[in-house]
Amino acid sequence: MERRTLFNSRLLPAVLVAPQLAITFIFFLLPAGGAFYQSTQSTDAFGLNTVFVGLRNFASLVTSPQYHEALVRTAVFCVIVTNLSMAGGLVFASFANRSIHGRFLYRILLIWPYAIAPALTSVIFVFLFQPQIGLITNLLAGFGINFNYATNSNQALALVVLIAAWKQVSYNFIFYLAALQSVPRSIIEAATLDGARSFHRFRTMIWPMLMPTTLFLVVTNLVYSAFDTFDVIYALTGGGPGTATDVLVVKVYRDGVINLDLGGSAAQSVLLMAGIVGLIIMQFRITTRRST
Amino acid sequence: MATLELLGLTKSFGKTPVLHGLDVRLEDGEMLVIVGGSGCGKSTLLRLVAGLEPPSAGRILLDGTDITALDPAKRDVAMVFQNYALYPHMSVFDNMAYGLKLKGLPKTDIRNRVEEAAETLSLSALLGRKPRELSGGQRQRVAMGRAIVREPKLFLFDEPLSNLDAKLRVQVRADIRKLQKRLNVTSLYVTHDQVEAMTLADRLAVMHEGHAAQIATPVEVFARPADRFVGGFIGEPAMNFCAATLCGGGRLAKLAAGPEIDLPGETPWGADGTEVSIGIRPQHVVVKSEPTPLRLTVNLVEPLGSEALLHGTLSDGETFHVRVPFPAPAVQNLFISLPATQLHLFDSATGKRLG
Repeated sequence: MERRTLFNSRLLPAVLVAPQLAITFIFFLLPAGGAFYQSTQSTDAFGLNTVFVGLRNFASLVTSPQYHEALVRTAVFCVIVTNLSMAGGLVFASFANRSIHGRFLYRILLIWPYAIAPALTSVIFVFLFQPQIGLITNLLAGFGINFNYATNSNQALALVVLIAAWKQVSYNFIFYLAALQSVPRSIIEAATLDGARSFHRFRTMIWPMLMPTTLFLVVTNLVYSAFDTFDVIYALTGGGPGTATDVLVVKVYRDGVINLDLGGSAAQSVLLMAGIVGLIIMQFRITTRRST
Repeated sequence: MATLELLGLTKSFGKTPVLHGLDVRLEDGEMLVIVGGSGCGKSTLLRLVAGLEPPSAGRILLDGTDITALDPAKRDVAMVFQNYALYPHMSVFDNMAYGLKLKGLPKTDIRNRVEEAAETLSLSALLGRKPRELSGGQRQRVAMGRAIVREPKLFLFDEPLSNLDAKLRVQVRADIRKLQKRLNVTSLYVTHDQVEAMTLADRLAVMHEGHAAQIATPVEVFARPADRFVGGFIGEPAMNFCAATLCGGGRLAKLAAGPEIDLPGETPWGADGTEVSIGIRPQHVVVKSEPTPLRLTVNLVEPLGSEALLHGTLSDGETFHVRVPFPAPAVQNLFISLPATQLHLFDSATGKRLG
């Protein structure tokens, strides 16, 4: 049964919920409303005239080949980043789950990348991959590979994928480690006595038991790679060379802030919002199903 | 079907020894029950035999072959776990078929064997269910089924009844025994429950602090406990112990509570003045209507239905239990005697049985 708390006046409860409501309103509802409003407007390049254009901004997005390209690019980016970072997290978690010496230190080190500011992550990778002086660039040059993310589109995309995945490995690592630790030891022992070798135990016992965690992480990682990688990409390539790393979140910024197409940019934001809401609903479905 | 031999089996975790050189041999089809309190090393022993832990020293022979270093997957032993360890994402059928599939048996063979085992355990109607849709007793039977379909050389049972309610436990206990006898599979059964131990065992190994205090048939363990620990551990309610000194040329014992009592047999038990510990089970104490030198001050009566258990103290303050037919005499003081033939004598220093 629902428990109700009784207050003598209406003032106290109102004061208590006010800060949260204020935050939600100022930082979420207001900007979102602003985006909705902007998406129906068209502003000239100098910001002098603004006219209401209805859904025309959306219409031009739907027919824009650049937008389609960015959409496909983002999808590819998300799928690769999600796969890579989840595989990495699972592999590291499997190792950390064994009783090895120094496993405490090992776990701390693996969680570290998550604590680094996204833009700084890119700076670290610049040191490694800078076209002229990068450590790994020079190493690759030794093998005759010319690595230059500033000019080579595929290499630029590969590098932002790598960085975005690297950063998310920690997150997946923590969840997978917790999930692995909750696999009952006796079940693994029973499978061992039934004759299952380690690979088989993983495939038939551990992997199915990790399924709820995997589903949860797939959604979380998709959300992360689609919406939360702006800083990493923008700090490294700014969406270039050309449009090679111009994923949707970067495109919103480039179109709106740099190219000053505020209406089109706002329309893209609204579409992104719809996407994220869809994914979050999916995630809620998964997590609530898991808890019942 | 196999014999199992443990030779000087030893296990230490770091510097903590948990098992000190255990030697035992199980004949083909024999059920050895390992019983002891928590931390006596009984579960460790089972895990060593299963290969889930490596022993620190000693050897394990199954059917004459040394399996000490063999991978657990290749040992051909099956284990029933305390929490059953059923594979939660698999149906009952798949739970039982898992080991057979890994062995690479043809599909039809697997089906036949699983269905036969399910028949034996009355699980046929449940083959399609997942473990979470089963009751405790059904899960227990699936765990048994998973062990028997593999037709292993050796069964290992790790307290398989401890998660069942008392009534079900009695029934499953009997089922396990019948099944084990019919299949004639050599079995090691670990439990802390002495009733389970007594009823299931061909032979009992009573474990105490990493040693086997006694390995013998249940009847012998009950009738001739090898030391004070076994005497006190096996038998419910527990055996009474009284401190005493030999006298009368080693044929009598002077109890700390006062009186001298007769000892069994004709031969002297030792030199006069030797300190011994005398044990007698509560049901063997005789209550007298006329005054005797030994008096029990009763401070609690526990009715058990057909019998009653009296808790009391002797005149030296030693606690003492007596089991009498119900209803118990409603008196504060009882005169009792300790029949010589029912006495167990133990060395008071080492606790070992005398004679």
